[in-house]
Amino acid sequence: MRLAIDYDKCTGLGLCEAEAPEVFEVQDDGTLLCLDENPSEELRAEVEAACASCPTEALRILED
Amino acid sequence: MPTSTGEFSDFVVVGASLAGLRTVEAARRKGYAGRITLIGSESHLPYDRPPLSKAFLDADHEPVAPRFRTAEHLRDELGVDLRLGAPATAIDAASGTVAVGDGEVRYDRLVIATGAAARTLPGTEGIAGVHGLRTLDDAMAIRTALDAGARTVVIGAGFIGSEVASGARKRGLPVTIVESLDVPLTRSVGLEAGQVCAELHHANGADLRCGTGVDGIVSEHGRAVGVRLDDGTTIPADLVVVGIGVIPGTGWLEGSGVALHERDRGIVCDATLATTVAGVYAAGDVVHWPNPLFDDQMMRLEHWTNAAEHGAAAAAHAIDPASAKPVSSVPYFWSDWYGHRIQFVGVPQADEVEVVEREPYLALYRRGGRVVGALTIDRPTQIMKLRKLIAQRASYEDARAFATNLPAVRAPQPVR
Ligand SMILES: Cc1cc2nc3c(=O)[nH]c(=O)nc-3n(C[C@H](O)[C@H](O)[C@H](O)COP(=O)(O)OP(=O)(O)OC[C@H]3O[C@@H](n4cnc5c(N)ncnc54)[C@H](O)[C@@H]3O)c2cc1C
Ligand code: SF4
Repeated sequence: MRLAIDYDKCTGLGLCEAEAPEVFEVQDDGTLLCLDENPSEELRAEVEAACASCPTEALRILED
Repeated sequence: MPTSTGEFSDFVVVGASLAGLRTVEAARRKGYAGRITLIGSESHLPYDRPPLSKAFLDADHEPVAPRFRTAEHLRDELGVDLRLGAPATAIDAASGTVAVGDGEVRYDRLVIATGAAARTLPGTEGIAGVHGLRTLDDAMAIRTALDAGARTVVIGAGFIGSEVASGARKRGLPVTIVESLDVPLTRSVGLEAGQVCAELHHANGADLRCGTGVDGIVSEHGRAVGVRLDDGTTIPADLVVVGIGVIPGTGWLEGSGVALHERDRGIVCDATLATTVAGVYAAGDVVHWPNPLFDDQMMRLEHWTNAAEHGAAAAAHAIDPASAKPVSSVPYFWSDWYGHRIQFVGVPQADEVEVVEREPYLALYRRGGRVVGALTIDRPTQIMKLRKLIAQRASYEDARAFATNLPAVRAPQPVR
């Protein structure tokens, strides 16, 4: 699964990190670091929850 | 219409804001295919509130309504019958109906997500220039006054009032904040952290006056010109923002059988967000519920994340009550002042609050042997890890070890 991240929308609130810490981490300057742009299928539930939790709708899963 | 998840066809949601919208979205995600009616008293399409006291007030940006979804999306993608502009006025549990305007809407399942309204200062109704901040209309009025260069007085040094003060200072306008407590925010973050937050106002040129009450608004020709304090002084003001808390939106439920909290009339729910009336659930700022993660402490939160989580849970439980689970969550909120991000996870009621780092600030809240809360200023990379520790009921020692022994910076990875 591939991820599309709109960094312009992201405000660094970290809700995605709470759902999928293996994939997302907010940095100390408030920007988002994607630790894995092609997360494996085992992480699908977490990544879907992360996308749904983002208040600014900055995250999307691109189906391959 | 029978669905894969139950034998009912009329799902009604009252309150068309964050919790209500999340309820609708989760119901569809769960496969519910019957009718959904979403009733909202405001005439606006559902919109997001946190930006109203932040980006919306910023002189550098055109004010855009932070709308969640278009009318087409709600109608075509979510299949919602949207009824905006008139409040629900009553529930009749016996017949399973909600009264709206002159009509009635039948429900099999109902989710109440009517949030809360800004508390007003008695005797100030109708004075121009005096505003609460809860709605898009409030934000528009405040922005217009700031654009005109208003001398600003904020009554109540809570999070929303503090964000308005920050926005006014960013424009270089004079701001006074009047707070009746000796230290602001003690109920939300405790004494120690409240003091640190208060410092941010001083450092940024806002005149914060604690331990001071308001005697009244001075007005001329129906328009505010100042705020009179209980020490006799009057502060000149063109804009008065009243941020003294909220009142749950439940006036219409009195006598309906839906139990309301004796203190603030919020809705009393069980751990699955069910109300005392069968088939009726509640979500968001309006709810008191026992949170299993904190010894079933009854909580009513006014946080974005909580409203979003509640909406999803209430929908799932309403559709399939047999699968209902206690809603267990670590409260989380953020607030942006003067370019700083304050973040809090957990609960502030603690045996001890320890300041682990002063700069940037990090405090931990201990209850017994457990970590129950954490507050950070400008440490966005730690806060969610602390939230996870709290969710795992980690020991205080583990949280402390994490906070004092912060991991080395990760090897840089391509971001953009
Ligand atoms: C200015 C501002 C800034 C904020 N900033 C932050 C922040 O930085 N971080 C954070 O975590 N949280 C923040 N919040 C809190 C967050 O926005 C709320 O927790 C969230 O909006 C709650 O959502 P809700 O759907 O439960 O209630 P609400 O958003 O209050 O929505 C309830 C809706 O129901 C409607 N309604 C009421 N009664 C009726 C009725 N009888 N019939 C029909 N409709 C009715 C209301 O008009 C309203 O539209 C902020 C709130 C405000 C106002
Ligand atoms: S939840 Fe959204 S806004 Fe928050 S850090 Fe993740 S992508 Fe950014």
